[in-house]
Amino acid sequence: MSLRIVVCVKYVPDATGDRRFADDTTTDRESVDGLLSELDEYGVEQALRIAEASGDAEVTVLTVGPDDAKDALRKALSMGADKAVHVNDDDIHGTDALGTSAILAKALEKTGYDLVVCGMASTDGTMGVLPALLAERLGVPQVTLLSEVSVENGTVRGRRDGDAATEELEAALPAVVSVTDQSGEARYPSFKGIMAAKKKPVQSYDLDDLGIEADEVGLAGAWTAVDAITARPPRQAGTIVKDEGEGGKQLAEFLAAQKFV
Amino acid sequence: MSAAPAPLPPFDPRDPLGVDDLLDEEERAVRDTVRRWCADRVAPYVADWYERGELPGVRELAKELGALGALGMHLEGYGCAGASAVQYGLACLELEACDSGIRSLVSVQGSLAMYAIHRWGSEEQKQRWLPGMAAGEVIGCFGLTEPDHGSDPASMRTRARRDAGGDWVLDGRKMWITNGSVAGVAVVWAQTDEGVRGFLVPAGTPGFSAPEIRHKASLRASVTSELVLDGVRLPADAVLPGVTGLRGPLGCLNQARYGIVWGAVGAGRSCFEAALDYAGSRVQFGRPIGGFQLTQAKLADMSLELQKALLLALHLGRRMDAGRLRAEQVSYGKLNNVREAMGIARTARTILGANGISLEYPVMRHAANLESVLTYEGTVEMHQLIVGKALTGLDAFH
Repeated sequence: MSLRIVVCVKYVPDATGDRRFADDTTTDRESVDGLLSELDEYGVEQALRIAEASGDAEVTVLTVGPDDAKDALRKALSMGADKAVHVNDDDIHGTDALGTSAILAKALEKTGYDLVVCGMASTDGTMGVLPALLAERLGVPQVTLLSEVSVENGTVRGRRDGDAATEELEAALPAVVSVTDQSGEARYPSFKGIMAAKKKPVQSYDLDDLGIEADEVGLAGAWTAVDAITARPPRQAGTIVKDEGEGGKQLAEFLAAQKFV
Repeated sequence: MSAAPAPLPPFDPRDPLGVDDLLDEEERAVRDTVRRWCADRVAPYVADWYERGELPGVRELAKELGALGALGMHLEGYGCAGASAVQYGLACLELEACDSGIRSLVSVQGSLAMYAIHRWGSEEQKQRWLPGMAAGEVIGCFGLTEPDHGSDPASMRTRARRDAGGDWVLDGRKMWITNGSVAGVAVVWAQTDEGVRGFLVPAGTPGFSAPEIRHKASLRASVTSELVLDGVRLPADAVLPGVTGLRGPLGCLNQARYGIVWGAVGAGRSCFEAALDYAGSRVQFGRPIGGFQLTQAKLADMSLELQKALLLALHLGRRMDAGRLRAEQVSYGKLNNVREAMGIARTARTILGANGISLEYPVMRHAANLESVLTYEGTVEMHQLIVGKALTGLDAFH
């Protein structure tokens, strides 16, 4: 039986745009275009490479998101994924990471999987906790933050580069992995891939299909809440530090004040 | 009782008229892919290539463009992507927004060399050359223009004669040939006893060479060459069997001109965006120069012409996809869009002040490139004559 790889991807607001929040503290989807999170492109890329190396694998791309999230799926399909699953329901609006992991877990159980691949974090929320939450909910091993990953004989292996050490990790499938932005540049969708994408199957599920009650998810069901939002003040003219013997100290103070160090 | 009207979409200075809404999902995806490839692989380096007057790694770039599907992308079969005319146009726009030289590489490969083989070649010729050209493993060039014969190709001096054994022997010179020195195959048009015929000349054929033309002040990030043909002996099957006469090469030129209609919009857009950014950040007399009426008048006119050019390109593209695009209509597009792009480049240069001439900004590079685009694939005057003939029914140049 072929290797079933599922990549979890997120549709996020373009980070180069003017991102805002809506009145209910959720992401304002109107003010800026959305796209496939760039960090998830690495996940798609690794899934495709594993599939190509295996010769007998199927790559499914899975997202939870509003109607427009199909754009993220389409991008992954045009890169070469075989099919897509879109969980979309008005009651999902405002769901936090814990709720999202619950939805993804149900969807994964429904579609079936041997290997779940995630990016290292989303480019909007940047929490980076979802792979661990997902593995816990599925009851399978997690091998996270890999900069190199491969699958052989029912085992996933990878390398995690830390500040102090490099770890070689492995787990028996089924398992959840996440890959970093050091794992290898994502391919560009080819024009043939773009044109093939629209013929690839996209399965839609709502909460009913997955057996999830509306009050378990959404803004009301969220375990975490956004209390307040403060827009970053407009950029000021740069500060020029003139070195009169104290330049280094002043620079360090500036960086500390900006919480860069 | 009627519902409250939906809120209007926000104004986007980069798409002020909402032309994006006229594109479908696939068209936007093709555009975004080319835009991103350019941003990653060309934009950071192209000013340096331009200054040095070379296109290093052209073979690698060709392979990457081939992997995307950008080479011969609007052709069917033989490894080509089979994209629509609008998709091809959008790719040309994005490539030329980066640099006309890169767009020229793709145009000559796809619209001239590959198109000629695809349209007029034998099945054997197509099988032999097109898959490698689509993949970017083989670069092609197209030899029509000669040192003394540009707008009037009918008077070309390059000749092909058939010898007793059935071989063809070519003698002559071709000039201003994009990709010439790096091409694995040249499509060469030559006079024969039965009229103009096209020939496929593989690189390395004895008597054939392609020295690069130096000292260009335009299209510097592009390989431009002379083709030298001295007693070049080719087998009988090197001739393109599908066409005799000038309609062969002119049909190819029409394809390339179509790409230029879009490409010029890209060059203009790059200049406009540079000027808009600069006007917002450059402070003189205590405020951004974008706040002065004279600058706003320039920006408004630039944006206006840019959007008109884009709409024209898209209109022509839709006609081409419907099989309803006439050559005269392509002339309208090339004539207008190159001319307006040059005007936008020149105005952008004035907004940038002294920085307008620096290669730190794209404006002067585009302005100089457009000087080539202005005359290649048909000069302004030829397009005026084509439109004039179509309007009056009177031929002013034959």
